Parts: sequence; structure tokens; C-alpha cells
Amino acid sequence: MANLNDHMGKPIVAVTGIGVVTSLGVGKADNWAALTAGKSGIHPITRFPVDHLNTRISGMVDFLPSSSKGASLLTYDLAEIAAQEAVAEAGLKSGDFGGPLFLASPPVELDWSERFSLYNSDKHDIGAERLLRVARGLKELDVFETTQFGSIADRLADRFGTRGLPITLSTACASGATSIQLGVEAIRRGECDRALSIGADGSATAEALIRFSLLSALSTHNDIPEKASKPFSKDRDGFVLAEGSGALVLESLEAALTRGATILGILRGCGEKADDFHRTRSKPDGSPAIAAVRAALADAGLGEDEIDYVNAHGTSTPENDKMEHLSLSTVFGERIGSMPISSNKSMIGHTLSAAGAVEAAFSLMTMRESVIPPTINYDNPDPAIVLDVVPNQKRNAEVGTVLSNSFGFGGQNTCLVMAREPV
Amino acid sequence: MSPHDVVISGIGLVSSLGEGPDAHWRKLVQPGLEPVIEAARFSPYTVHPLPEIDWNLQIAKRGDQRQMETWQRLGTYAAGMALDDAGIKGNDELCTTMDMVVAAGGGERDEAVDADILAASESRNDRDVLLNEKLTTELRPTLFLAQLSNLLAGNISIVHKVTGSSRTFMGEEGAGVAAVETAAARIRSGQSTHILVGGAFQTEHSDMLLGYELAGYLHRGPWRPVWQRQGLEGGGVVTGSGGAFLVLEQREHAISRGRKIYAELGPIISGRARRRQRELDAEIAALLRQAALPNGELLTISGASGAHAATAAEKSALDANPAIAARGFSTLTGHMKEAQFPFAVALAALAVERKAAYPAFDAATEKPFNGVPRTVLATAIGYHQFEGLALVNAA
Repeated sequence: MANLNDHMGKPIVAVTGIGVVTSLGVGKADNWAALTAGKSGIHPITRFPVDHLNTRISGMVDFLPSSSKGASLLTYDLAEIAAQEAVAEAGLKSGDFGGPLFLASPPVELDWSERFSLYNSDKHDIGAERLLRVARGLKELDVFETTQFGSIADRLADRFGTRGLPITLSTACASGATSIQLGVEAIRRGECDRALSIGADGSATAEALIRFSLLSALSTHNDIPEKASKPFSKDRDGFVLAEGSGALVLESLEAALTRGATILGILRGCGEKADDFHRTRSKPDGSPAIAAVRAALADAGLGEDEIDYVNAHGTSTPENDKMEHLSLSTVFGERIGSMPISSNKSMIGHTLSAAGAVEAAFSLMTMRESVIPPTINYDNPDPAIVLDVVPNQKRNAEVGTVLSNSFGFGGQNTCLVMAREPV
Repeated sequence: MSPHDVVISGIGLVSSLGEGPDAHWRKLVQPGLEPVIEAARFSPYTVHPLPEIDWNLQIAKRGDQRQMETWQRLGTYAAGMALDDAGIKGNDELCTTMDMVVAAGGGERDEAVDADILAASESRNDRDVLLNEKLTTELRPTLFLAQLSNLLAGNISIVHKVTGSSRTFMGEEGAGVAAVETAAARIRSGQSTHILVGGAFQTEHSDMLLGYELAGYLHRGPWRPVWQRQGLEGGGVVTGSGGAFLVLEQREHAISRGRKIYAELGPIISGRARRRQRELDAEIAALLRQAALPNGELLTISGASGAHAATAAEKSALDANPAIAARGFSTLTGHMKEAQFPFAVALAALAVERKAAYPAFDAATEKPFNGVPRTVLATAIGYHQFEGLALVNAA
């Protein structure tokens, strides 16, 4: 009989279902095949014209029927598809999940296509006054619901039969990891036996791209799109905006074993620490990221020498990769040079609100498959960042524990520690 | 009473009525208080505007103020007030170990840029190109940061140095309910000793009104108290700018610091009625049952928005219990969306601490309450979705 409680006497949290969608495809099988083949999903933008834009590439999900229907509908679909895969794998009825929902999703705004269409359906007044006049005459709720921050989760709650008030959250680029952390905490507190944690982001609109561009956050290596995301390389010049989703069914180990579910991995620990330095830059000494990693290790009850692999935040921005190296080498000391550390974002780009969930899904698969996906485009190592980034080629390796990092704009840092086995 | 109880040890409030718990108390106990309303600026909509605020009092650096628009400033300001009130502001040890859950919507867009693009769209068919052309040249780069939902929490970390953890919940009133509920659960389970929780809403911006009006939720025509808008022109919601932050603390932790305790935060019950399937009446009744209301007269601070269907459902559920004396504070402050539930809890805590009830905010509809409130019910039934309530007990 396995030990059902962790080192703090709280229920151990198992993963019994995993789902994922990225620019590489729908589902774990397609994604894993591409990811371990070192294939990039980054491609030229076709969803909208790229006139006047400095960045003309992305990792958008362009192959769904809702891909051209606005951020809200696409985000819902991404979340639904990933959650369906996870719930089916867990062997649960998809309309009666029986636990709470934690959704990481992007903040919503009225899409420009809707703004244009509302505005040009009337001639009276100008600007906002006209929009308000048209708005109050609308007979359908469709447009309204795309502007309500709780609507995607509300629809998902209907679709999957989750319990209670669903939580929609944002901790910027750490959101996906936070959704998992909230699920873990709810199970550990004994509030539920299982939780559905989803990170989904279909918000790569022209305006989003322009906003990140204006902050100089995006790569402008447009000529060879699949080469643009190059974490830890000397010539890295920004992240590649992307879309995707990841979903996990989390369950107390006891409940999972009782119903005979397959245990896909263990969520051993979560740690977080906020940064008070700057809105887009992290503290130069890396102390918040260091504290987040250490908090996750402590929560997992593991020492620095007990992590086999790091699934890096690895955005490919000059700033993040430098700071991530600093914080990891501070925590892991000399061992850092020989620990495998790779960035999924080299292939799928930065899926923003989804990233933490997508990368947790890939971390769990890394352990199950005993294969570490590579960091591709590692042709020009940054001499200031000496890491074993699993360059360009996948590596076969026994991986028993993974640290997955997520560091966000606005200073929200969240780290997850996952393990293959419950012990 | 238990050392692990959740207590309220700090309150920060801003609304059209003023700022701070004391100012709100003094105003709200005046029978027949007239609301502060602005009926012309957004006609045909009435709003309750922000009072004059000296941002410097809580946001010392001008540079920080410039990085935010009014919504984030307002939240950061109210949060600072709550930290001050709890004796935590400026205490590094307490701030760096303090957790935070913020209920947030989005920040303000640049109305002038938007209006310019919309005007140009009347004579252009290549609207997507127009968008690229205008947005790449006219958007202020840092405005994005003032719009991001999680950057209210980010600014609170930067300005007030609260860095234990930082989470932002989104989703209108439900976000406020979930934020308070999650914060309390963390304290009860021993995960946290002190947490900052709350939200802010800045309604004086056309997009914030549009967020309601795309479903016709806003009340039009002359202002009426929140319970008296059924059947009138529009959808019944009158919005207000404001913010509410609470410092929630483990009782033992607050006592060991020698702090004043406003009240104990009892059970928080949340729900999601499938309103299209007409579940709202049954859901509100179920929430009230789960709350296990105490015997006797019960002062109830209602966050009712005025939205016709939701407010009628809440009113009939409250009216069905003769012990309940409801106070719909939106009559005086307007609806503050994500901040609505934290605001309701704050007003409930004040009544418990001052051992006195608020007079009727709408004497034609609300009945008197004569006793000393030992337990007060706070509600937030979402104008469109999600429901929650809490019991607030004498410390």
C-alpha cells in the first residue's frame, strides 16, 4: 500500500489525466512526436495582415474552426479540447467531473472585429457614445459574453459538470502553473478529491502582438520563423507569441487508487514568490525567482540534489534567460552545469496564460516516456549562460523528478515540482 | 473561538462617499443620506464618481503613479489603506511574508486612440491594416501594463512590497467572492497567517460601461434606489467607482501583534447557478441554508447590483426570511463589480465592530433593524453570473 500522505501529512496529489494543444497539433501524441523530433510550430502569421508590424511570426493555433473567431471563442475551444483529452484519459464522465475548475486564461476585451461591426451598424454620435447606443439595442448575448471575465469558465463548468464557483485567474506568464497550484491546494486542504486545472490562451490578436512589440518583448527574426525562438542562445532577441492549452486532472492519490485510475505522475510541490522590483523586469539579484524555486522544493520535501531535470521558463528574451540561469545556478550550485534543462518554448513559443499548464503536461510526459525534449535553435550558445540545455536533439534519460518554472510580467513567479512515482 | 479563526484586521475603502472605514461609517449611519451621483457625463447613464483623492498619500512615487491608470491607482490606494489600518504597511517582515489575492477586471483602454480608429473605419475597407497602422503608431507602450488584470497585484507588490504570493482572480463579482473564500481557506488550513484581499472598479470610462451595456444591464433615466429599478428603462444597474481591500489574519497572529480586530470572518459560501435553466432562486435559497443563519434578527449587507432578474431573485429570497433586514449599499455607492463582495464584507465587519446597524439606505423598501448586530450577512449575487455570501461575526 502506497503512502497516501506527503511529508507534511497532507494528501498526495496525483495526475490522472493530461491534455494539450499547441501550434504543433491537438493532443499528446502529435505534440510529443513533434516535440521530441525537435520540430518547431512557429510559422508566419496569416490570421491578420502583417503590414506595419515588426514581428510577423507566431506560434498561433490556426487549425481549429474557431481560430479566426476571436480570442474568447478560441480560448474556450483550446481549453475544452485539452480538458476533454485529460478527462477522458482519467476515465471520468465528461459531463459530471465532480470537482472544482481552475482556469488560467487571458484577460478579455471586446475584439476589434466586433468593435468595427458594432460601430458601423449605426451613424449617430461618434466614438464610445455610438458603441454604447448600439450595445443597448443588441438582442443576443454572444458579444457580451466575450467581454465577461468569468464566461469561459462558466461554459466549461457547464460542459464538464465541475462543482461550485469556477475560478478564472491570471498571474501573467505564470497563470497555467497557478491554476495547477490552486488545484493542488484545494485537494490538500481536503476541499475536494479531484480538480480540473486548465491553462488556455487563444489571445494572439494583432493588438496583443503590437502591445508586446511596443514593449520590445518579441523576436523580430521573421525570415526563418522556426529559428526565431532560441532560448539561452547568444543571439536570442525576444519571445515568440503563441497559443495553446494544457489541462490536468488532479486527484488525491487515495481517491485515484480507490477508483483504480492510472497514475500518470505526482504533483509534489508548488512554490511562489512575488517580485516588487519593476513591472516588466525582474529583480537583478534574481531573489524572487530563487525564492520561488526554493519554496517549490521545500513544499515537495526534496533537496536541491533530488531534481533530475528542469523544464525551463526559457522564453528566449535576453532578460529572462539570464535571470533564470542566475537563479538556477544559485539554487543548484555547481551541479547546474550537468543538469539537463530544456525549453519547450524553443518549439512552441510562449503560450502566455497557458504556458505553465502546457509545460507541466510536457514535464509529466518527459518522466513517463524517459525522453527529454530538446532546446532547439541552440547554435550560438551564450557564453554567459553555461547550461546543459539538451541542445537540438532529444535525449533518452530516466527522469524521476522535474522542476517547471514560470516567471511572469508583473512579478508573479510560480514553480512546480513533479515526480514520476508517489514516494 | 479558535486561534486559527480568520479575522479582519484591516480595511481600506474608497467610494463616491469618501475614503476609509471611518468616513464610510460616519456617512452611512446618517438616515436618509443622499448618494453622490454624476448624471451628465455618461448620460443616459448615472454613475457614482470617485471622490477627490490625493494619490500621494498611498503611492509615494510619482513614477509609480504615472505607470498606472486610475483603476490600478485606485486599487493600490485602497490596498495601502488596508495595510496601514492593519499596521502592516512599511513593516518589511510582515509585507514580504504576506499573501495576496486580488479580484480584477481589466484596465482602461486609450479612448482617444479607439475613437480615432473607429472613425477611420467608416471610410476604410481594409480595417485590419488600419488597425496595425494606428495601433503601432498611436498606442503608448506602457499603457498595456496599465491594462493587464494581474498588474494591479503587480503594482501592489511594487508600491507596498507585499510579496509572499500574488494571485489575481478574474470574473466580475464571482472573482471577489472566490478571492475572499480562497484567502480565508488558506488561513484556516494554516497555509497563511495574513493575506491582503480585495479589488477595485473604475467605472468612469466608456469601456467599463460597455461591459454591462452589451447585454443592456445599465439603468437609464433618473436615479432610483437599487431595489426600485424593476420595470424602469434599462437593465437596473447603476455603477460606481470604488475599491475595497481587507487584511485577513489568523486570530492568533493578529492578537500576538496586539492589533485591533474588526470581526471574525465566518463561513463563505459560493455557487454557480445555471441561470439559463432558471436555477437562481433555488441556488440563493441553498446558499442561505448552507450558511446556517443564526436565530433572531439578521442585518444583511446586500451587494445587489440592481440588475433586474438577479436583484428580484435576491430580494425575494431575503424577503422570504422575516428575520432579515437588508441594506442594499449599491443605492449609495453604485455597483463596483469585482470589489462588490469585499466591500460588502467590509461594511458587515464595520457594523459588527461598532455594535450598531446601518439605518435603511432606502427607507421605502428596507425595514429597520433595532438590535446590536453580532452576526451580519454579506451577499454578492452577480448581475450576470456567480453568487456568494458570507457571515461576519463579532470578534
